[in-house]
Amino acid sequence: MTITALPITAHPAVEGGLQLEVTDVSPQTESIVSITLADPSGARLPSYVPGSHLVVQYGSGVNAYSLTGSGNGPTEYTISVLRVEDGAGGSVAMHQLGVGDRVYVSRPRSAFAPASTATHHLLIAAGIGITPVLSHARAAADRGTTSSLIYVYRTGAGAHVEEARELLGPGLTECSNRESFQKVLTEQLTTQSLGTHLYVCGPTAFMDSVLDQARELGWSSARLHSEAFGAAELEDGEPFTVNLVRSGIKLDVPSGVSLLETLEKAGKTIPNMCRKGICGECVLPVLRGTPQHRDLYLTEQEKAENTTMMCCVSRSEDPELELDL
Amino acid sequence: MSITIDKETDTATLPERIRRFPFPFLGDQYRYSANVEPANKNVPTDAGAWGAGLIDIDEFYHQEIADREAILNRDPSRMAVLPHMRPAVWDTIATLLPAMAAENPDIMSFHREGNTCRWHNGLQNLDIEFTIGDDGSLPMEPLRFLGTQIQDDIVLLDIRDNTMWLDAGLVTFAADWSFNFDVGMSFLEIHGPVPRVKEENIISRAEQFLMRLQPGEQFRRTNWTMTVGNRLDTSTETYPEWGPDRGTIAADPDMPDKLHLRVEVQHLIRLPHTGVLLFLIRSYLLPLRDIAKVPTWREKFGHVLAELPEDMAEYKGIIRYRKAASDWLLAG
Repeated sequence: MTITALPITAHPAVEGGLQLEVTDVSPQTESIVSITLADPSGARLPSYVPGSHLVVQYGSGVNAYSLTGSGNGPTEYTISVLRVEDGAGGSVAMHQLGVGDRVYVSRPRSAFAPASTATHHLLIAAGIGITPVLSHARAAADRGTTSSLIYVYRTGAGAHVEEARELLGPGLTECSNRESFQKVLTEQLTTQSLGTHLYVCGPTAFMDSVLDQARELGWSSARLHSEAFGAAELEDGEPFTVNLVRSGIKLDVPSGVSLLETLEKAGKTIPNMCRKGICGECVLPVLRGTPQHRDLYLTEQEKAENTTMMCCVSRSEDPELELDL
Repeated sequence: MSITIDKETDTATLPERIRRFPFPFLGDQYRYSANVEPANKNVPTDAGAWGAGLIDIDEFYHQEIADREAILNRDPSRMAVLPHMRPAVWDTIATLLPAMAAENPDIMSFHREGNTCRWHNGLQNLDIEFTIGDDGSLPMEPLRFLGTQIQDDIVLLDIRDNTMWLDAGLVTFAADWSFNFDVGMSFLEIHGPVPRVKEENIISRAEQFLMRLQPGEQFRRTNWTMTVGNRLDTSTETYPEWGPDRGTIAADPDMPDKLHLRVEVQHLIRLPHTGVLLFLIRSYLLPLRDIAKVPTWREKFGHVLAELPEDMAEYKGIIRYRKAASDWLLAG
């Protein structure tokens, strides 16, 4: 057993979730490992929507990882984790897991679902961003919908390449540099039929570039889908201080640790669900200071008012924030 | 304490249809609200309890399934599945049959290996094997098959472009609406005719709530109306059969037996694999005479009917007889 084995208590983000056992660990590349989890009793696991992620607890923290299967009546969950040496520690802890270790995980959460009306799925992935689109490709094959994939990875550092080749055949285009990708992308964006939906996952700048080009070429936003944090975690951000006015305490929020995690460590119970700035559960009232809004939930107007913030992802523009807490 | 004992003795002698009835009124007044709560929670009433499970099977099971069959044979438009909703229908089957088996282990069982499923329903002496995703593996269309297993009406809402769309369903027991008319409409369009709720923003708040449910989550709410005659099919399509009764029931000496409180227990479930919203409507009818057997129900319902604002009474289609019903209930 390792230090990442089942902790004594479940983190709030995985409460009501599952306790699973590691049944397989297989390296994909030098820095990416695939981890397979199953119910210790062998029971079937909940189905999930293609493109879903699991929140996995490591020690006292949690991280979200995309599931790579189709999600149809699974008996196991597989995630692939890129080792990030200078991250918050989650990926390093995940890489230490061994067969037989137990972990707390959330139920699968959907935030990157396929469109049921799509006649074709155009999948675009960079690096570890392959994981949720692999799930999409598998589900599309299950349902008899066609899909194609443009996969950008550094030579020798691509995860799930063999599976993608087998699954997509001639529908897979592999790119190892920006020029070849740009050529393929332009060609694909200009030749798709109207029923095609596009799904992109990768670093934020990569996704923004793909989505911008698609919009410029006339794609409506209803046909564009992106996985907000599947591959690229948010920047760690600058440290700041929160002043909890009603509680009469000040807390330091270090770089790489979220405000939500800081509050939880201080014993505060904050309702939360996605921990990704999408669901809106962890909203907090701001009394003074300017939040650095990084969520997808608040409207532009609400963000401009600076009276609320999503503490799971958002931070502070100022050295100190005052919260009504 | 003796009062409690008397009450328990009283309710124990009541017939099942009363003891299991999901009486919806907590007080003497009713207004629309987004009254959703987690599913699978037992709710005690003054006559018994309801709501412990997801799929309720009661003494009317065979009758209601037979009624549904007859209605579908007469009017196939009560069922529709837009092509992109086929996976959601299978997701519904793969979700509900195991739930029924878990809730009724003595009479039902469900086993799944890969996509191959075996379903046993002892109430129908049914043993069947089918393959999830293969429509031809069932003796009829998959949604119609599910409609032979549960009493609930079934509606499936797809979620696209931050909007919910009614894109499939099997509804034989609609209360004064037309499923076929609503197919393809958005959630907001469907609820356009409901008074008050637009001003109070209830529908858009409900839609936001439903769209934020995570797959696998199950909630429910109740709704109510009144029905003349012991009939669940009061759809727009059959209006000529039941509509005229609403004008004559107030003066009918048999009103306490003919006039029913209709309660719908509506489940709201994000399906696990497709993320489609499954909306189940399970309808219960209880005549005024039965309601009057529970003194607190008699009083509460009597007061609710007397107090209900005109626009709501009009929308529910009860405006012409609600005073007669209220007077009868409150006269004790």
